Amino acid sequence: MATLVSSNRSRGVKNSLAKWLITLGGISVLFTLVLIFLYLLYVVKPIFESAQIEPKVSITLDLKANDKVLSTGVDELQEVAYQITETGNIDFYHLKASAPKADNQFSVGDNALSMSLFASDDLNQERVTNVVNSFSANKILHTAKGNTVLIQPSFYAKYANDTREIIPQVNYPLGKDSLIIDEQQAPLSNLAFAMDDEKIVFVGFTQDKRLIKTSFIAEDDFSSSSDGEDVEYETIFQQIELLEGKVDEIKVTPDLSLAFIRVASTVYVYSLSDDDEVNLKATIKPTLDNNGTYLTSMALLSGSSSVLLGDSNGQISQWFEVATEAGRKFKQIRSFDARGIEGRNSQTSNAITTIYTEQYRKSFYTMTDNGMVNVFYTTSSAHLWQGKLGSAQPEAFAIAPRANGLIIVDNDSIDGKKTNLQVFSVHNEHPEVTWQALWQEVWYEGYPEPDYIWQSTSGSDDFEGKFSLVPISFGTIKAALYAMLFAVPIALTAAIYTAYFMTPVMRKKVKPTIELMEALPTVILGFLAGLWLAPLMEEYLPAIFLLFIFLPISTLITAFAWYNLPNHWKDKLPETLAPLLLIPVMVLAIYAAFALSGVLELAFFNGDMRQYLTNDLGIDFDQRNALVVGIAMGFAVIPTIFSMAEDAIFSVPSHLTSGSLALGATQWQTLIKVVLLTASPGIFSAVMMGLGRAVGETMIVLMATGNTPILDWSIFQGMRTLAANIAVEMPESEVGSSHYRILFLAAFVLFIFTFIFNTAAEFVRQRLREKYSSM
Amino acid sequence: MNKWFKSGSPWIWLSAGGVSLSLISVLGLLWLIASRGLSYFWPSELYQFDLTDEHGTKSVVIGEIYDREQIPVSQLAHLDLVLEPDQEILERLLIKTGNRELVSLDFRWLLSHNIQKTQTPKDLVVVERRTNGNFYGYIETVVVDGKEVALEKLPELLSRVDNFQEQINELQKSDIGAINYQLERLRLKTRKYQLQNKLTPELQAQIDSEIATLNQEYAELEQELLGYRKEVSRDHIVMRAMDGQLVTINFEYILKVTFNNQLTLIEKIALFFSQIASFLIEDPREANTEGGVFPAIFGTVLMVLLMTVIVSPFGVIAAIYLHEYAGKNAFTKLLRIAVINLAGVPSIVYGVFGLGFFVYMVGGSLDQLFYSENLPSPTFGTPGVLWSALTLAILTLPVVIVSTEEGLSRIPSAMRHGSLALGATKAETLWRIILPIASPAIMTGIILAIARAAGEVAPLMLVGVVKMAPNLPLDGNFPFLHLDRKFMHLGFHIYDVGFQSPNVEAARPLVYATALLLVSIIVALNMTAVSIRNKLRERYKMLEH
Repeated sequence: MATLVSSNRSRGVKNSLAKWLITLGGISVLFTLVLIFLYLLYVVKPIFESAQIEPKVSITLDLKANDKVLSTGVDELQEVAYQITETGNIDFYHLKASAPKADNQFSVGDNALSMSLFASDDLNQERVTNVVNSFSANKILHTAKGNTVLIQPSFYAKYANDTREIIPQVNYPLGKDSLIIDEQQAPLSNLAFAMDDEKIVFVGFTQDKRLIKTSFIAEDDFSSSSDGEDVEYETIFQQIELLEGKVDEIKVTPDLSLAFIRVASTVYVYSLSDDDEVNLKATIKPTLDNNGTYLTSMALLSGSSSVLLGDSNGQISQWFEVATEAGRKFKQIRSFDARGIEGRNSQTSNAITTIYTEQYRKSFYTMTDNGMVNVFYTTSSAHLWQGKLGSAQPEAFAIAPRANGLIIVDNDSIDGKKTNLQVFSVHNEHPEVTWQALWQEVWYEGYPEPDYIWQSTSGSDDFEGKFSLVPISFGTIKAALYAMLFAVPIALTAAIYTAYFMTPVMRKKVKPTIELMEALPTVILGFLAGLWLAPLMEEYLPAIFLLFIFLPISTLITAFAWYNLPNHWKDKLPETLAPLLLIPVMVLAIYAAFALSGVLELAFFNGDMRQYLTNDLGIDFDQRNALVVGIAMGFAVIPTIFSMAEDAIFSVPSHLTSGSLALGATQWQTLIKVVLLTASPGIFSAVMMGLGRAVGETMIVLMATGNTPILDWSIFQGMRTLAANIAVEMPESEVGSSHYRILFLAAFVLFIFTFIFNTAAEFVRQRLREKYSSM
Repeated sequence: MNKWFKSGSPWIWLSAGGVSLSLISVLGLLWLIASRGLSYFWPSELYQFDLTDEHGTKSVVIGEIYDREQIPVSQLAHLDLVLEPDQEILERLLIKTGNRELVSLDFRWLLSHNIQKTQTPKDLVVVERRTNGNFYGYIETVVVDGKEVALEKLPELLSRVDNFQEQINELQKSDIGAINYQLERLRLKTRKYQLQNKLTPELQAQIDSEIATLNQEYAELEQELLGYRKEVSRDHIVMRAMDGQLVTINFEYILKVTFNNQLTLIEKIALFFSQIASFLIEDPREANTEGGVFPAIFGTVLMVLLMTVIVSPFGVIAAIYLHEYAGKNAFTKLLRIAVINLAGVPSIVYGVFGLGFFVYMVGGSLDQLFYSENLPSPTFGTPGVLWSALTLAILTLPVVIVSTEEGLSRIPSAMRHGSLALGATKAETLWRIILPIASPAIMTGIILAIARAAGEVAPLMLVGVVKMAPNLPLDGNFPFLHLDRKFMHLGFHIYDVGFQSPNVEAARPLVYATALLLVSIIVALNMTAVSIRNKLRERYKMLEH
């Protein structure tokens, strides 16, 4: 007895254990779907987050009483920052404490290195007036007496005891002595420069109001030595004719081709490429909002094509050269409002004092008079951040090399005599992606007008990814639509016939045969479409169009012939054999179409329809085009639609049809008025399922089109779809980059799209099942 | 006529046309793949064409006829051909001429108008080679160790070289491969100890001595290999090509020499089957455009098996839950919608999910936890066969669920009631009664899932398939099954060879053959599944009465 009870108990335990396990297993299906949804969302989410700026480290600088910070900077890892002061000193500070194990112990704010940048004796006791930055790490110090030094603060990592220490140093690419920029050695009030390995170009405005250009052309290479002692170069001095007034700002593009000179509210663009002559290339005169507004600052955007102009009313405009009928012209592309909601109502000045641009991306920071900092991204027109960082006007401001931090040097808000160096961390990984940039026309640099463009990679370094989902979404819809145009008529007619007219014996054979098509791997359909159908179609183009006429007509002729057959013949060949009778007829029709193709081409298309289309009608023709995709993907979709539509029609309760037939309706009338009407929700859901499959199909589109992301409905041109785009680009995209996340977004869009279609179709089907069972 | 239209008969015929067209396309497709795929293996006739072109220049072309096409004369107007006045269409032949060292292209178009004479000389041969593709021509001399010998010696010499080649292969693949693998493992072991700060001088010495032994073995094997290589390259043949040029081909490069025009029908059939066999069991050559597809078959099968192991329990349990345990409520409806959606989500989305979630997230974490000695080169944090199997398992889950549930729903409830009435618990009823009866349905589901997985390519392109895998995921080196390795797949092979290879035209027959193989596997699997299901339905019908 006792054993029976205990065994019963263990049976009970097993039973409930099994129940729990199985329930868990069942729920895991739902869990999987939710997991996919959430994971895709998790990867996509960061691209729609706006920028965040948070204080990270703040250190108090020890400055001499009469000294002032002019420039600042930081290494790539943000472990060591530096400042350059008016007295020509550079001081490096640790931003991160040393590891406990490290040999060299230091804490945050400790001095890492301090030195005078004026190594040469003749520079001693000078005061720096200008620190000029370039897009590289090089900087120029210019002194009140007109001396100039090119310096390069740099960092290297030292590994010891499994710890890393960043060691700062200062290089002098052109040596420690003063450089001669102006032939007459007058002090400069404005200076800009840019350099590459062979050449340095300086553009300056002297205190005696001459605009000068000076080029250093290396004998060998400027990057050959770090101390710059042996570098030899030739100097060319040139004077630029200035039309009016006093220069406010000068910028030189990093490719050494253009100089932008701002004189009050006008910007003169000079071409620098010619070493003999400096030509005025263009004049930019922005139309400013209201009277009294004037330009206050200017900056070059990374990539050296765009210039940004900020005005006294808090507006920034972006300009670049655009090809027009009258040649290349500078045009205002877009503008940004740095006032924000708060600023628009405030009484304080919104004038843009400085614009800081990032080194590699098209982001920029603006500083307004009232101390407001704004972050924008040009291409996506995104206003990423607005707020105040520290006091109103910083003494120095720099963006970290990887654009993930800011360094601001300003006076302490409480104790005005103390100077602080503050480091902010910036989370702004995907500024180029906004909902508008993905779905609206964007005006990219170098393009004549705004456009929808998908171009994710390129060979060049300063390439900007162009991520418009419009062309590839369009391609998806185009491919699906052509496939449905081809598949729906065939699949539905076949379903109607199989379900309603076919004998059970034949149906048992025909249905699995057509459904077998669904099992065929799409890679095979794609391969045949790309390598067999596409060349075949190119050669016999008229035949394909003839088929659209020949197939229905040959069917009707056969039908009419059968109708006129004597009755004893009809008995031998009953109408139920129609599909079999039609097979040889159709094969003949297909053969005829192909045989006539050449004749037709000779007669109407000068012997080659393809050539005729391109040359005479001006229609572009791709070998792998929408027609090929339509047919190939149509074949892939036919069995899906066929199978479900057939089920829906077949399960219409027979008493409905019997009733209709008994009341004297013909077979066809019963079909149209009773059967199809009853089954229409099922047919609808079949088409939805087919569409869902066509939208997500990858391999056929990948192989049967040229995968060019274009916006064109032409049946003779290809397309690129969301799915194929993912398959092509995903393996090459860098994990975590904007491109990677946008591809996930494409997958997410596909997921949502098919989710809606499938769920709707499933709902309709469930309703239909209930309706049938209640009939 | 009007009456005919009123009867609706034309519309019925038109809808019958839809059925016919579908049937034509299915059967036509299968026939196309079968005929093209099989003709790849059939030894074709070798032709010699004597040509005179429009300028009167004479030349000789040797090769296989590959394709024929009709083109209108107007397209050839630039050639100034001398034609009959009423001739509008000309025939053009595509000839595979091989001989890559002499001409840059494998193929050549000939106008049949220019052909003066077509012959099929008996002593024309095709030489299949390891590199540079086929060579067509006449054998001039056979040279053994510097001395000329009779042509009859050729088969004997070929089989001798074959033996050596096999031994070389064996040495390279298993012995030298194993040594390299062990050396790599020793390197990782050292690194692991270093990372854990456990590398004592004794351990280091032990590892060093192991490495020294392995290097010693390696040197010996290398000597042996060199010896074989020397033997293999001892002999050569001299061939005369179509333009009369003499070309020396070393036996080292020869795979097969066939006198296609001398073959009898039976010999041709034998050759046909032996070509099929070598296609199935050989490794690919020349960037996958020649040779066999064995690694692709192996990779497909292994990945699918792994997937089956993962998907079957989950699918069956989910189906049992849906049919036996779930109540008729909103949650069950939600579950069903989830199943339908899992089936409807595009396969590429699974690939994206698999790459992000399995490869980078799960695989990346595994690497950090267990394979840190190998970092920064990833072990599981990179696409591989395990992740492919997992991704496809999710993809095929609904297939198994739907099929199993269909089977469960056909089991009459009387059987459940009977078992429960006799005192069995629900779990016991399931285990002893329901599952055994439903097993063919489960089988059907699994087979359908396998068929689906075998043909799926898009997600695999992201999670683990490669065009050329240096090692199979299963080999003689511990732990034998390497789940982190990348693999080759038949479907991807078709895509890659057909679209990415440098010589698409030459590779096309091989792609057709691969397609035929894949289609046969999938059609066979599907037919098996369908026939099991049909038998099952019959049996349930009997149970009901």
